[in-house]
Amino acid sequence: MGSVRILVGTRKGAFVLSADGKRDRWAVSGPHFPGWEVLHLKGSPADPARIYASASTGWFGQLIHRSSDGGKTWEPVGNRFEYEGATGTHQWYDGTPHPWKFARVWHLEPSLTDPETVYAGVEDAALFRSTDGGRLWQELSGLRRHPSAPSWQPGAGGMCLHTIVLDPSDARRIFVAISAAGAFRSDDAGETWRPINRGLRSEGVPDPTAEVGHCVHRLARHPSRPGVLFMQKHWDVMRSDDAGESWREVSGNLPSDFGFPIEVHPHEPETIFVVPIKSDSEHFPPEGKLRVYRSRTGGNEWEALTQGLPQQDCYVNVLRDAMAVDSLDPCGVYFGTTGGQVYASKNSGDSWAPIVRDLPPVLSVEAQTLP
Amino acid sequence: MIRVVLPFHLRQLVGDDREISLSVAPPVTQRSVLDALEARHPVLRGTIRDQATLQRRPFVRVFACEQDLSHEVPDAPLPPEVATGAAPLLIVGAMAGG
Repeated sequence: MGSVRILVGTRKGAFVLSADGKRDRWAVSGPHFPGWEVLHLKGSPADPARIYASASTGWFGQLIHRSSDGGKTWEPVGNRFEYEGATGTHQWYDGTPHPWKFARVWHLEPSLTDPETVYAGVEDAALFRSTDGGRLWQELSGLRRHPSAPSWQPGAGGMCLHTIVLDPSDARRIFVAISAAGAFRSDDAGETWRPINRGLRSEGVPDPTAEVGHCVHRLARHPSRPGVLFMQKHWDVMRSDDAGESWREVSGNLPSDFGFPIEVHPHEPETIFVVPIKSDSEHFPPEGKLRVYRSRTGGNEWEALTQGLPQQDCYVNVLRDAMAVDSLDPCGVYFGTTGGQVYASKNSGDSWAPIVRDLPPVLSVEAQTLP
Repeated sequence: MIRVVLPFHLRQLVGDDREISLSVAPPVTQRSVLDALEARHPVLRGTIRDQATLQRRPFVRVFACEQDLSHEVPDAPLPPEVATGAAPLLIVGAMAGG
């Protein structure tokens, strides 16, 4: 039957939620790293006992921790993130050039095949890689050296590289997304990059169809279809069938196409999940109803999933890294809110129940399916 | 021995020892004390001062003998009470944020 481990990063520490394959009873451990803001933690697909965690505070900076026993114990590893060579500038909020400066690690993406290799997406936007279990970090500087980089601008949360998607069919292909520059792809293991934003339209930039400058919130893909990508943009849910060469909108009948996370069903490549949020000015669900929307048609046709979720007076947000799926059958879907709830569905979203209700604001949720 | 008191977040990293005793050769300065502290506990590198520039992080303060020494130059001698171990050097998270 297997079991499930949910890794939850919050504003004030990390929590590990565990259940057997029935997913009825959950054990909660934590807070790990109490008081530290844990933007993300994620387990290695190659060795689920290996988990990496990004913990930071505005006072004491960035730490990376790793566990080799499934989150029971942790050890700090390397926290030196230095841009390679001349840092150059990007645009600041007022349009002036601003030197690249490391702030924190938003996302950790372990290699699909090697537990010792892990990628880090950081603010100010850049991609780093460690091949020794997180001890030493080296920038894949081709991304930051892209000719468009001096024009990149931060989103409201900072200029962060928040999404890293590795390709199970091609180890040299990497997708990343940056707020607010857009999506980029490398076909040579991170040496060189190009924007993949054709088809995106963003009213918040002077040229709505510009090559870069889009606030992409999240990318997702199914492992069996690495050429098919789904995107939750600042506004608009998008789809690409050609590895990002072009995008088309699939927002369809969503009550709002603003949102942060997007996930793909582990067994149904055309089934996707989003959480509509009312607007970029009102970071809460439309009508005070917390609804996950599921499309079984790869977009455009969406159904509201509400059973077990609050349907009145709910004004929480669900952040970009705060949704995940397990790979049991039927699959589990999980998401965390800025109100500190982590909701779980053990039937592909048909019904929901909270695992925990009163954590600090949830920043990230990852699911591990264990044998 | 030099006594250094760490704030909550950093105590977690060194085993919850609120006060750390360090042997520091003269001259006893912020730089020499932090060098010794980071040598003893490498996990603290980057948490009190930037790893590349060795500048104090903006929201870290350094107090001793009821004085704010945060803006002293790193090579300025620390008060004699700190150098003799009579008073601790306090590493403090600035009162900012939540």
